[in-house]
Amino acid sequence: MSLSYQLDEKHEMVRAAVREFAECEIRPVAGALEEKEAFSVSLTRQMGEIGLFGMIVPEHLGGQGLDYVSYIIAVEEIARIDGSQAATVAAGNSLGLSPIYYFGTLEQQQRYLPELCRGDALMGFGLTEANAGSDAGASKTRAVKDGDDWILNGSKIFITNAATPITRGTIIQAVTGSDSRGKPEHTCFVVENGTPGYTATPMKHKLMWRASNTAEISLSDVRVSRDAVLGQPGDGFKQMLSTLDRGRLSIAAMGLGCAQGAYEAALKYANERVQFGRPISKQQVISFKLADMAMKIELARNFLYRACWLADQHQPFGKEAAMAKLYCSEIAKEVADEAVQIHGGYGLMKEYDVERFYRDQRLLQIGEGTSEVLRMVISRAIGC
Amino acid sequence: MHIVVTIKQVPDTNEVRIDKKTGTLIREGVPAIMNPEDKHALEAALCIREELGDVKVTVLSMGPPQAGNTLMEALCLGADEAFLACDKAFAGADTLATAYTLAMALKKIAPVDLVLCGSQAIDGDTAQVGPQIAECLGIPQITYAERIKASEKSVEVESGFGAVRRRVSADLPALVTVGKAINRPRYKTMKGIAAAFRDKGVQLLTSQDIKVNPGRIGLTGSPTSVKKTFVPELGRAGRIIDGGPETLSLGIIHTLEAENLLPKS
Ligand SMILES: Cc1cc2nc3c(=O)[nH]c(=O)nc-3n(C[C@H](O)[C@H](O)[C@H](O)COP(=O)(O)OP(=O)(O)OC[C@H]3O[C@@H](n4cnc5c(N)ncnc54)[C@H](O)[C@@H]3O)c2cc1C
Ligand SMILES: Cc1cc2nc3c(=O)[nH]c(=O)nc-3n(C[C@H](O)[C@H](O)[C@H](O)COP(=O)(O)OP(=O)(O)OC[C@H]3O[C@@H](n4cnc5c(N)ncnc54)[C@H](O)[C@@H]3O)c2cc1C
Repeated sequence: MSLSYQLDEKHEMVRAAVREFAECEIRPVAGALEEKEAFSVSLTRQMGEIGLFGMIVPEHLGGQGLDYVSYIIAVEEIARIDGSQAATVAAGNSLGLSPIYYFGTLEQQQRYLPELCRGDALMGFGLTEANAGSDAGASKTRAVKDGDDWILNGSKIFITNAATPITRGTIIQAVTGSDSRGKPEHTCFVVENGTPGYTATPMKHKLMWRASNTAEISLSDVRVSRDAVLGQPGDGFKQMLSTLDRGRLSIAAMGLGCAQGAYEAALKYANERVQFGRPISKQQVISFKLADMAMKIELARNFLYRACWLADQHQPFGKEAAMAKLYCSEIAKEVADEAVQIHGGYGLMKEYDVERFYRDQRLLQIGEGTSEVLRMVISRAIGC
Repeated sequence: MHIVVTIKQVPDTNEVRIDKKTGTLIREGVPAIMNPEDKHALEAALCIREELGDVKVTVLSMGPPQAGNTLMEALCLGADEAFLACDKAFAGADTLATAYTLAMALKKIAPVDLVLCGSQAIDGDTAQVGPQIAECLGIPQITYAERIKASEKSVEVESGFGAVRRRVSADLPALVTVGKAINRPRYKTMKGIAAAFRDKGVQLLTSQDIKVNPGRIGLTGSPTSVKKTFVPELGRAGRIIDGGPETLSLGIIHTLEAENLLPKS
């Protein structure tokens, strides 16, 4: 096997394309959208037009026909500018589209994928409940069979993309019985917005990702047909674990991009800001901070791309995805924190992007597996 | 209909610095990009294809092997085919030799109905190559297009020159040079990138392939000799006008008059 430390030209082209788009279309509006807590339909559509949704879905299903490395580079490049838009894209792909692509019936794929891949519609992925976060198996939302239909009751919380003006529906994980040992059995249902008894309400006043849509869902006697079952009844838990493995790659990409954006801002500022008669980057204390930031980012990037490469090669990547998510989200925290420090007082003001990066990174150690849960996943994988 | 867009790979002048001693661009480490106006020319070609339907868009460049990256970008944006005239013998070309080589390459990939060029390149900046290609091919040329309306047989072009607007048409084949005002180039799409790297590629043309007269290419075919390149000294001395409101306003008016900056009454 050969080792290659150079991305191929296609991946570089993806990076250049997304960077150009993000610099020209996202950067000018990111601060204002996030300040107003406004989810932007037009920006989401634009991201859809250049193909940021359905990146790994084959073309015959409406997708872009690219690989995981391409997708992850795209998320990284958006996050380098803005965490909120990166969240819309990462959740749209990894949580909304992917389960339908990997587990959906052909009919479900044909019904939902084309518009999801165009960015004309979004789909949420509803796992977390008020009393079931890290302990996802403890979810209380239930679905009971009624003839050919299912009746769902319960609630979900913190669901990304579930209440935007273009949300088509949300994949709801519900308990549908128990196995022979009494362990709950889960099934995922695609519940469309507008179904009687189903409501998704935006959750406001977030610390971070304020231009990304987060929703609270309530299900009260929601009747869906058996066509709404994602794949097979009883497969829900397995589908969720696999979706989270892949989703972690995209959260890692958000951490990497956030760190890169914060680092670039800090480097530029340090070269421009003069104190004691010279740029602060000439103070060893500051330059060493920047050197550490650059080193952490390089390590994070190399490791994340390797995890994606494993996914593209259809090799096991769950442990690597957990490590990449944990590492990238933690260095995002360290880098964003030092970036604010390097900006001094200005770093605490909204005129400077590092203020936003500093807040946006905070979710990354919590969503899709907290740092603690990921350490549990990794320690199990290494045989503890 | 067959449209060929000529595309030059240039250093990103936003990032380029000039060597004060030699007066030349410091190219090391500077990213190479598609000449901005050529992006507008390509966009114009893609729009014509979308409007007329049965149109093939080819891109053509002369340059070193790495210029292939820029042609790949054009393919990602939607061009159907790409040719790179690439040969050591082409090196050192001035605008005349460049235009001759491109014209011969165009003959090789004929029949061509419409050639679109950028008006000028951001590094060489002469705006000569387009018109010279038209002369080499003996076809009509229309420059500085701000609007193009093409049909199967002819092309109508509108250009703006300050207060004057010009509208001319020409029978095809013809060559049109394009300015930035004409359109807003699209972004590369993920699908376009996937398709370009899967289905398309850059075809190389050597001096043999395009049957050039060896005396008219590269350094040998370049009559221009550059005597000196230098950075003009831009003095930016501020002038302070002192005094009360009256002296101050008169002072400003006199200064502007002296610099010819006020309309004569
Ligand atoms: C903006 C945002 C978007 C989100 N989007 C989605 C979405 O689209 N879909 C979705 O389903 N969910 C989503 N979530 C939910 C997210 O995945 C959960 O918040 C996360 O899994 C943590 O769950 P929790 O908040 O209930 O915390 P808890 O599980 O209550 O954790 C609280 C603390 O206890 C620690 N802890 C818990 N168990 C253990 C243990 N066994 N050992 C050690 N420490 C432990 C945790 O690490 C954490 O520090 C989103 C959340 C946010 C904030
Ligand atoms: C180091 C250096 C030395 C040079 N020495 C000389 C010299 O001695 N004498 C001299 O006359 N010039 C010289 N040049 C200029 C060089 O020859 C020109 O850059 C080149 O011929 C194109 O001219 P231009 O850049 O002015 O393009 P313009 O005429 O401004 O370009 C107009 C359009 O023509 C097309 N075009 C131009 N070049 C190409 C190409 N290679 N492939 C495809 N399309 C193209 C593009 O569509 C472009 O938008 C030198 C340049 C450099 C960098």
